[in-house]
Amino acid sequence: MNAMVKNVGLFAIVGVLILLTGFLQSWNAAVLILNMGLISAIMALGVNLQWGFAGLFNIGVMGFVALGGLATVLVSMPPTEGAFAAGGVRVVLALVLGAATITAAVLIHGAMQKGWLRTAAMIVLLVVGFFVYRAVLDPGVAAIEAIDPAATGYLGGLGLPVLIAWPVGGLFAAGAAWLIGKTALGLRSDYLAIATLGIAEIIIAVMKNEDWLSRGVKNVIGIPRPVPYEIDLQGDPGFVERAAGLGLDPVMASTLYVKLLYAGLFLTVLVLLLWMAQRALASPWGRMLRAIRDNEVAAEAMGKDVKRRHLQVFILGSAICGIAGAMMTTLDSQLTPSSYQPLRFTFLVWVMVIVGGSGNNFGAVLGGFLIWFLWVQVEPMGRLLMDVITAGMTDGYWLKVHLLESAAHMRLFTMGLVLLLVLRFNPRGLIPEK
Amino acid sequence: MDFLNAIVALANYVLVPGIAYGSQLALGALGVTLIYGILRFSNFAHGDTMAFGAMVTVLLTWWFQSMGVSLGPLPTALLALPFGVLGCVFMLLATDRAVYRFYREKKAKPVILVIVSMGVMFIMNGIVRFIVGPDDQQFLDGERFLISARTFKEMTGLNEGLAIKSTQAITLVTAIVVVALLFWFLNRTRAGKSMRAYSDNEDLALLSGVNPERVVMLTWIIVAALATIAGVLYGLDKSFKPFTYFQLLLPIFASAIVGGLGNPLGAIAGGFVIAFSEVTITYAWKKVLGYLMPDNLAPDGLVQLLSTDYKFAVSFVILLIVLLFKPTGLFKGQSV
Repeated sequence: MNAMVKNVGLFAIVGVLILLTGFLQSWNAAVLILNMGLISAIMALGVNLQWGFAGLFNIGVMGFVALGGLATVLVSMPPTEGAFAAGGVRVVLALVLGAATITAAVLIHGAMQKGWLRTAAMIVLLVVGFFVYRAVLDPGVAAIEAIDPAATGYLGGLGLPVLIAWPVGGLFAAGAAWLIGKTALGLRSDYLAIATLGIAEIIIAVMKNEDWLSRGVKNVIGIPRPVPYEIDLQGDPGFVERAAGLGLDPVMASTLYVKLLYAGLFLTVLVLLLWMAQRALASPWGRMLRAIRDNEVAAEAMGKDVKRRHLQVFILGSAICGIAGAMMTTLDSQLTPSSYQPLRFTFLVWVMVIVGGSGNNFGAVLGGFLIWFLWVQVEPMGRLLMDVITAGMTDGYWLKVHLLESAAHMRLFTMGLVLLLVLRFNPRGLIPEK
Repeated sequence: MDFLNAIVALANYVLVPGIAYGSQLALGALGVTLIYGILRFSNFAHGDTMAFGAMVTVLLTWWFQSMGVSLGPLPTALLALPFGVLGCVFMLLATDRAVYRFYREKKAKPVILVIVSMGVMFIMNGIVRFIVGPDDQQFLDGERFLISARTFKEMTGLNEGLAIKSTQAITLVTAIVVVALLFWFLNRTRAGKSMRAYSDNEDLALLSGVNPERVVMLTWIIVAALATIAGVLYGLDKSFKPFTYFQLLLPIFASAIVGGLGNPLGAIAGGFVIAFSEVTITYAWKKVLGYLMPDNLAPDGLVQLLSTDYKFAVSFVILLIVLLFKPTGLFKGQSV
């Protein structure tokens, strides 16, 4: 019971912090923190599933989040007029050829005897396959990118409602996780870490460069929303009247209303996933995962299929990160591939899981909210601190100018410090595993 | 003549940059591999250690420049380099004392140390950004070129020029000197031998009276020197920007793993394998092929296999192939 009170208290503290933001700064900022906190909590749930349940060291979270974002574009944007006819067929054909080449290489590897002949055959096949792939792909890409490059220049999406993109984002991430898991899960933990780190960078590189797919660094803006637009609400006399009844001006009321609708959607997803994760944790499957985590050799000796369980949980955790990524892109209404930074999207999520308590779903959720709050609020706090430190210095003194300018970089330092302190003094996190 | 032109173009765009980049990667990978061999974890803070050492050097270089101290044709940064190394040594020893030692004494699992190194990475990254900011910094002075493309063309009468930047020459010379010193130290001195013994078999080394704390301290000192030198050379050759050092982490780890983690010789070989694959696969071969092939067969496009932004993908794919087919790396590294 005591632990229960403590946990509720911890969540209440985070709630109070967000409310304080509302009273002291602005309610828009507070609800934005809440929204991003919900998304961060979902990402932390995904990583907790992999690390906390199964001890898998995945530092490619950024890649799965980005795949979710890509799904939003591919599902919800309207298709570009004539793009598919111009080059879509070629592109699809090229992708199929590319996949076929790799499959053939894998088959050769399995079918032929080990030796230089097999190596040579595989190299020849891959090289020839690569050139055929490029020969088919390149004209198609050029044709698609030539269609009104300033506005579109990409295939576009399917024009479906954006909410469908959330599960699809999860599927995309799950597919990528399956590929990675098949190749890299047998490796030692550090190697899996490097492999996932690399995959994430590659996914971002693809999204930045393949303009036909995601418009690259030109970004996709104006992704359809699942909630009404502020401008429509402000034009709706009924809404303005109700806002006035609450004593709010229409602009403020509409922005808050939209954000709260998002918060409701995100909360639904979080609660659903949390419920599922809790059920999984308590199920025989969850117990088996923890047994594998704690002693892989013993679990294997008991006849548990370690590799399959690892693959399963890796896919599930990555899918959750993909869902969170799709939700985040929906909230932003735009996809900006260059904004995906590993420090922000991979390592910060790790800090959330470790600080919150790895192995405990509620811990991960708490960590998601708390660390996101810190991430946002450290900057103004740092500025305040610097103001205090430099108060005695004359204006324009180089050190004062430098300190004030650098306050923005306090973030990373604080996150590292929090992570190290928790690891040292409270390694099980705020809400430890039972 | 065309054949010579092709060779010169190849040297200018592939060989020379590849050798310079390979040396930088090799020095970085040596640091990663030493930490792995002695301290037995993958240090994710290594990229930011490089940035820290390079930052100290950059600041001192600016100070020397403002005082009018210079090395003539050589970059002033070389003068500041020893002090940069000292700064980095101090930083790493302090980090070890404050952070890593606790986990070493507890005999924590390697993966915990990796997560700890993530925290150190955040802090170092924050410190570097706090002190010099996240932007590009220039600190190169002295002669720009050893041979410029124009002099080369005048000398040989070829169409193609071969430019060798002085920083590329300095990179290679420094790397050779550093590697020679390192191997002399590891193979010939008593301290170096005790390090290797500790890396090969910890228990046996302890029984033979090797002092583990001394070995660890030596390792950090050597790693600091390697990281700073690699960071400064990369900064001189390209430019100093804190974030690029973080991104170097992937090719550096790829080099160390491809060579065989824990094996210094492998780290060097891995560095060059990764560097040359990146450069050759992202280079537009049009010019070279244009010289080599008969006119009617000369290629129309750029003949670039992958665009330059995919260079990370190249190091990654090589890494994956090695991990799948030869998990201990090209040279025998430590277990899988």
